[in-house]
Amino acid sequence: MNHTDLGPVDIALAPELITIEPGVLDRLHAGLAERASREGILDVAYRVVDTPVGKLLLASTERGLVRVAYEREGHEAVLASLAERLSPRILEAPARLGEAARQVEEYFSGRRHTFDLPIDLALSAGFRRTVLQHLSAIDFGRTESYAEVARAVGNPRAVRAVGTACATNPLPVVVPCHRVLRSDGSLGGYIGGLDAKTTLLRLEAAVA
Amino acid sequence: MKQPFEKLVELHGATVLRVCRAVVGRAEAEDVWQETFLAALRAYPDLPPDANTEAWLVTIAHRKSLDAMRSNGRRAVPVGDVPETPSPHGVPGSGDDGDGLWSSVARLPDKQRRVIAYRYLADLAFNDIAAIVGGTPAAARRAASDGLKSLRTRLAASQLEGESA
Repeated sequence: MNHTDLGPVDIALAPELITIEPGVLDRLHAGLAERASREGILDVAYRVVDTPVGKLLLASTERGLVRVAYEREGHEAVLASLAERLSPRILEAPARLGEAARQVEEYFSGRRHTFDLPIDLALSAGFRRTVLQHLSAIDFGRTESYAEVARAVGNPRAVRAVGTACATNPLPVVVPCHRVLRSDGSLGGYIGGLDAKTTLLRLEAAVA
Repeated sequence: MKQPFEKLVELHGATVLRVCRAVVGRAEAEDVWQETFLAALRAYPDLPPDANTEAWLVTIAHRKSLDAMRSNGRRAVPVGDVPETPSPHGVPGSGDDGDGLWSSVARLPDKQRRVIAYRYLADLAFNDIAAIVGGTPAAARRAASDGLKSLRTRLAASQLEGESA
């Protein structure tokens, strides 16, 4: 190559100056996430796992799992909203979510009926939070109606608000809002789409 | 609205690594990259939302590269008169075979090498570069053009050598 006419463009494009070998940036990123986590400055760690209901985003704070998001929610949008609501110190850090990923995998393979993970309900407050806390008491393979949940949390007339709490559940799958149906047994809504809700209910019915 | 930090690594990780390699050399570039992004992550919540994140990251990389040189007990830029002698330490190309563009960049005086990296590898404006390296934008522009000139001379010379060898 003839460099004698070297100018800015040649530098900006010179392969020997700009080429980065494959894998280098991934290794640097992993090292960064590891150190940031160790030094306590990684406020939100996340990873994406493959499941029968599509790619699930799992995000965790220092306190526990804070968000599970379906692909249809838009993972980029979910991360942007976590940056806004919790902290912008967010990195993909699969190691920090190793246990959560393992339990999700066990759940989908039918080997796990209850999640045993620290949960951070920071994204949910007030009545919605009360509803979410009750949902974890609905056992694997069982369902309740929106009206039953409303009664259980001491507010029998708040059926619609229970519906909203389920629809805005920041931790679907792990906090089992899919186990809440309409009183007539029809599905109602679901943050992951009705196909996903059906898949989860069938999985639990088959295993339980 | 502030982006997740992950986005910054995705958008600017490669550029910052190229700049680090050009400024401190391949051997130390990865350490400087790590220190840069770690410091950036620490400070990120306080960065104004409309800041130029790439210029901000290069600014931090600049400081971290100076730290790395200092902690190794060396200074790439002698105070006062700056002779155009190659520095054997912490510069790109040292240890590389042959003398391609890397070793020519390596032989530039520290300030010219940095200005060229920040201008042509990171694509920063001379205003931003002046804020990072000190001095005026005009001085930064001069350093870049002097650097390009001596790169041309060196490459021409090494090509002649190659031909006569």
